[in-house]
Amino acid sequence: MRGEIRTPLVNSPKELKELREKILSKRDPNKLCITISSGTCGRAYGSDKIAVAFIDELRQQGLEEKIDFRETGCLGFCEREPLVIIFPKKICYCNVNIDDVPEIVDKTVRGEIVERLLYTDPASGEKIVHEGEIPFYKYQKKIISGNNAKIDPKKIEDYIALGGYSALAKALFQMTPEEVLEEVKKANLRGRGGGGFPTSRKWETTRNAVGEPKYVIVNCDEGDPGAYMNRGLMEGNPHSVLEGLIIGAYCIGSHEGFIYIRQEYPLAIENTNIAIKQAEEYGFLGKNILGSGFDFTAKIHKGAGAFVSGESSALMTAIEGRVGEPRPKYVHTAVKGLWDKPSTLNNVETWANVPLIINNGAEWFTSIGTANSRGTKIFSLVGKVNNTGLVEVPLGVSLRDIIYKIGGGIQKGKKFKAVQTGGPSGGVIPEQYLDSPVDFDELARLGSIMGSGGMIVMDEDNCMVDIARYFVSFLCDESCGKCLPCREGLKQARKTLNDIVAGKGKEGDIEKLQEIAEATSAASLCALGQTAANPMLTTIRHFRNEYESHIKGKRCPALVCKSLIAYYIDPTKCNACTLCFKNCPVGAVEGERGKIHTIDQTKCTKCGTCYDVCPPAFRAVQKISGEPVPPPIPEDQRWIKRGKKANSERGVAN
Amino acid sequence: MDRIDRIIDKYACETGVLIQLLLEIQRELNWIPPEAIIRINKRLKIPVSEIYRVASFYTALSLKPRGRHLVQVCLGTACHVRGGPMILDKVEDTLKVNQGNTTPDMKFTLSAVNCLGCCAMGPMMVIDEDYYGGLTPTKVKGILEKYE
Repeated sequence: MRGEIRTPLVNSPKELKELREKILSKRDPNKLCITISSGTCGRAYGSDKIAVAFIDELRQQGLEEKIDFRETGCLGFCEREPLVIIFPKKICYCNVNIDDVPEIVDKTVRGEIVERLLYTDPASGEKIVHEGEIPFYKYQKKIISGNNAKIDPKKIEDYIALGGYSALAKALFQMTPEEVLEEVKKANLRGRGGGGFPTSRKWETTRNAVGEPKYVIVNCDEGDPGAYMNRGLMEGNPHSVLEGLIIGAYCIGSHEGFIYIRQEYPLAIENTNIAIKQAEEYGFLGKNILGSGFDFTAKIHKGAGAFVSGESSALMTAIEGRVGEPRPKYVHTAVKGLWDKPSTLNNVETWANVPLIINNGAEWFTSIGTANSRGTKIFSLVGKVNNTGLVEVPLGVSLRDIIYKIGGGIQKGKKFKAVQTGGPSGGVIPEQYLDSPVDFDELARLGSIMGSGGMIVMDEDNCMVDIARYFVSFLCDESCGKCLPCREGLKQARKTLNDIVAGKGKEGDIEKLQEIAEATSAASLCALGQTAANPMLTTIRHFRNEYESHIKGKRCPALVCKSLIAYYIDPTKCNACTLCFKNCPVGAVEGERGKIHTIDQTKCTKCGTCYDVCPPAFRAVQKISGEPVPPPIPEDQRWIKRGKKANSERGVAN
Repeated sequence: MDRIDRIIDKYACETGVLIQLLLEIQRELNWIPPEAIIRINKRLKIPVSEIYRVASFYTALSLKPRGRHLVQVCLGTACHVRGGPMILDKVEDTLKVNQGNTTPDMKFTLSAVNCLGCCAMGPMMVIDEDYYGGLTPTKVKGILEKYE
């Protein structure tokens, strides 16, 4: 119960050290340990059931003493979930199924390897045994997310074993709040949520602001579609964020903190809740932390689903229990924030960097990254890339390295078209800029932003006008409606873009979009409105020809926009197998077994089912755009003869 | 009403609790009924207009009763580029309701959501707590049929 005075388990840095030694003395670093990644993606693929199977199997075989088992958070390689890693050698098994459990246990205990579950390098066809040798991991620098593999996020002991909370002890006992601030300043840590604002300046402002109490807040309202870095960290290593938050609070002079997590992340909420309880029990939260005399409590606030609530002033209004709308920031939230009190809000990843800086020093931190962007950044590399997942790289690495070396290139050997960074506030970056280093300033120069770390890769099959329409439509729905240019401007932009993709685009539409973009950027209150035009502007800048094809040629070059495409069955390729005929939900396919199928264009709803089910060996169903659908072949030529010979004859004849 | 009161009790002595309180009622009752709003107003002295404003602003809160199963089709960017909109079309077609609505038999509520953070599985959807990834329009019907 709150209020009841209980002695925490750890009351001084000395006791923390002893506790850590005690935990380590019970652990043999050479002991076998089977771990399974059980973040949200892992669970979606059944990792929680597989975990139960492992525990049962180990018990049944009487191996509990010999082999440890651990459920960890997300390891980033989502494409291959669930991942099983066997310590100490870090043997990595991909896409593990529940039926694989007995074999993995059997072979592990005998020191053997389950060949068929190893990662196969697509380039060389070679099997890779160890996690660190897989290209996806090899080129990363996981200073923040790396510990996810070694931690059961529900167990504080795992975090302490890795030296957890030692940075807090160091800050509280060996450093003054000024020294903490100085270290963060020297490290030049910049906000990981997207703005890239110097963290130390925010802290300093709140520290010096008049008014009590002061608040510190973790922003885990990751509303950016296609981005889930924060989820990975909050689920997989909540104590690292918590430790950073407490250190920040000590520096600023705050005694109360909030962790704002969107309700779409139930596992992150669960694990953070557990982490807070454990930290209280051990004495890292609460009164007189580690005997230092410093008091601090933290509480979770669940977001209820609104993109705009991730904006700092809106998020604070939401914590107050009101509608999360931004307010003017003539006075910064660092001075007048939550309940009008000085408040510092940082992203999950920013907070997680703090213990590292305190423990290793600013010099170490500044040795990573580029001149103005120090440290690493976690990106969520998604879309049409082979190795989807969370990747952590030093700032300054090129986009090409991220997409090709780590991401393994484009799916199905397609051609790269663009990468979208920074979410709805960012923009698209085309191929010619792939060698640009990824940091706060460089991406801004290209008209995009680094943002919180979303990186969506698009190939030749993605339509850039459709992408612009997607983001504008998203922002239109999420606009809180306070400022007119954002509320009405985006609506008009959406209408114009909808017209363009529907084949009703007019001469002058592109200019109209640019005009709206200018007004929205100039006259909106918060970053949502100010940056809303970026997706439009960058797609126009780099892919104007696609807009023109839609408007002038009524053609969608990527064959995406429904109104501008038609499905057509190539009679020379159709084998009259009736698959599309049977699956068409509206009965638009006409034909029968042995009789070449045709699509009745008046009935077709362009749902794509026929395209989907047509066997890859035939590829008879095709999408066309900007040209009339060829007339169906005459009735008497529609019957086909079976057999190889007949087919090849038909191929020659046509 | 008892259930509503019990939830209100938990939050009664704190400030800034409205959103958390509504989230819990939503979870418990599957929607925010008018009685709940009136009850919160009476007990916590929060104006009805403010409660309605909060309840209608956030997507997680529903002022209409929801069906037995919640179908969430992800339209985050990663799912979008991999064909998410076609999945939504197919679900709408199969259930014969548009997103944001409930089937007349109260079996399914269909909602389109912006990113559930499982981008590697895209295009994907979540029904209650079951995740379905790597979807194609043809897989949709079979999945929906599994639910009673």
